[in-house]
Amino acid sequence: MDYVVLLKQVPDLAEELEIDSAGTGLDREWMSYVASEWDEYALEEALQLREANGGTVTCLALGVATGDVDEVLATCLARGADRVVKVGSFDESPDSHAAAAAFAEALEPIPHDLILTGVQAIDDLDGQVGPLLAARRGMPHLSVVTHIAVSGDGRSVTAHQEYAGGVVGEFEVDLPAVLGVQSSREAPRYAPVSRVRQLLKTATIETVDVAGGGPRSGLVVESMSVPETGAAAEMIAGNAQAIAERIAELLAERGITGGAAR
Amino acid sequence: MSKELPVIKVDQVNELEHAVVDGIDISGHWNRMFSQRAISDYPTEAMDWVTSLAGGESLRDCYQCGKCVPVCPVQHVGDYGPRKLNAKVLRGNNLLDDPDLWLCTTCGNCYRVCPKEVDPLRIMPAIREQAVLEGKIPDELSDVFRNLQKSGNPMGESPRKRIDWVAEAGVDVPVISQLGRPVDVLWYVSDYTSYHPRGKDAARAMARVLTALGVDFAILGPEERSDGDSARLAGESGLFELLAEQNIKAFSKYEFQRLVVMDPHAYNAFKNHYPRLGWAGEVLHYTQFLAPLVDDIEFRSSVELDVTYHDPCYLGRNNGEYDAPRRLLQAIPGIRLVEMPHTKSNGYCCGGGGGGMWLDGFVADHVSERLSERRVREAVATVGMDGSGVLSVACPYEPSRFEDAVKSTGNDGRLDVRDIVELIDQAMQPSGS
Repeated sequence: MDYVVLLKQVPDLAEELEIDSAGTGLDREWMSYVASEWDEYALEEALQLREANGGTVTCLALGVATGDVDEVLATCLARGADRVVKVGSFDESPDSHAAAAAFAEALEPIPHDLILTGVQAIDDLDGQVGPLLAARRGMPHLSVVTHIAVSGDGRSVTAHQEYAGGVVGEFEVDLPAVLGVQSSREAPRYAPVSRVRQLLKTATIETVDVAGGGPRSGLVVESMSVPETGAAAEMIAGNAQAIAERIAELLAERGITGGAAR
Repeated sequence: MSKELPVIKVDQVNELEHAVVDGIDISGHWNRMFSQRAISDYPTEAMDWVTSLAGGESLRDCYQCGKCVPVCPVQHVGDYGPRKLNAKVLRGNNLLDDPDLWLCTTCGNCYRVCPKEVDPLRIMPAIREQAVLEGKIPDELSDVFRNLQKSGNPMGESPRKRIDWVAEAGVDVPVISQLGRPVDVLWYVSDYTSYHPRGKDAARAMARVLTALGVDFAILGPEERSDGDSARLAGESGLFELLAEQNIKAFSKYEFQRLVVMDPHAYNAFKNHYPRLGWAGEVLHYTQFLAPLVDDIEFRSSVELDVTYHDPCYLGRNNGEYDAPRRLLQAIPGIRLVEMPHTKSNGYCCGGGGGGMWLDGFVADHVSERLSERRVREAVATVGMDGSGVLSVACPYEPSRFEDAVKSTGNDGRLDVRDIVELIDQAMQPSGS
């Protein structure tokens, strides 16, 4: 079974994000990049599935000039991926149409039975890469999945989709297929920096050029702003004692508890 | 990096009728003990493997004399012991899957007394590094490694918030990138001093003391990263190097005469390990920087406290500085300094070193009490429990660590934990303020 994981980098939210002077994007001066959280879940699932069923795990990441894609791919190797490939070369993170086109082209010579990617990423949230890729390559696709299991004959997988009200749907999908992963069964494993640094010096990171082009999403960011703080909430300030007293007062005022705090 | 090497079970001991070592038959005469003398021949793979690691070499030198037994702080509270490590490895356990691998706090007290100079400060990180490379890391520790990697501090806070404590310092704290000129002192504030709610008290006190003394200082602010020393001792040498590169890049951008640090672990890293990575300069722990200036400090009040002092392992025993903190304490009006039984080179470890700070839950399963709790009980026995006693410290790990231990040992209200610089700051304020 050949598993392929698609990854990209997104801004690291450990930093507070600021809007650039043009007002249409993020200020990059303080920005650092990390692998998208959902893509890391996809990788963890692929590694878990390989451990259970055997096979290979190949990781594909978009070659974007911002951030450090080599480090992302070395981290994949440190976690246990068998092969890593850098796809294309982009000045900045491409939209999901361009990303799907690039991945579809890069996948041509790479053996793949099950393609896993994060269901979404914090910098677009449109979750389109999986479906667009599946459409381009004529494969079935399922998004927002957990609990992936490979069937006994290795020709299909089952996966869960969770709905409102605690309802879960179980799907059977014929391979090859694309799945958008919502979370992994275990937290993504730690990649030791010692190992990543070793691999950055010694590992082979393949690169594939892609033609690019094709239709884009057609969306243009006109302006970007920080959500304004609403006026409805009362922010309680002061030391712990003062805050506790105010909370007790509010609860008493609204008839939720009896007397005030002592 | 022999990943394939299995853990070898103790039951592989062979008893030989004849043993030949380096061509010499050491079996002895048949009637020496009125019976055949049993000669044990243990498998050597585990010991060969450990001693093949850079740093692991000295483990073989142990001859089981036991001098480490009474001085190891962890042995006081559980089954772990440095001598037992050697015995385990001799019997074929390479420690990769043994909880003992993570219990050593690298406090260095066994090394101090070891006649054979068996050095766990080098052995433990060497074996731990192999465990880390194989992904055999306790979860709580890997979470902290992840934070250090992503944000440069163990809490996973934003690097830009590293400077938030400044707002309540009450004095101006210049950031060197904004100053645009050389300074005398680049003050390395450290992680817990910058971010921990209780640790920040020492940062603010230090800012006021430096200002009152007219020191020409600045901080790195958001450019500062964890020194990484505890990650190194916990086996993540790559993470240590990554953080060191980031700090060295920042140090190299600015001109300053000396680096003054709050954290003994940072002191150890900058002084003893950063030089091989490309940065060398004068480094002083803050107590070393302030001690010669003690006559210039204008004290305005007397604090009237019975104070004992906890020697941090990486300031005292492992770097030889015992006097500077004591000089400062003795200069503070109203302080009566009393020593604990475990003091100076025999100081008792708080349990936070070598990654212990981030292994609290893991360690708890293997010890009868935390080292910090044992230390707090020793402090209470030394300075009394009428509420005027203070356990003074000079390491940012300690205020929160020991305050938790004060509570968990039922001594709440009986013992205060104060950084030395907090006590100096207090005595510099007019009384009643």
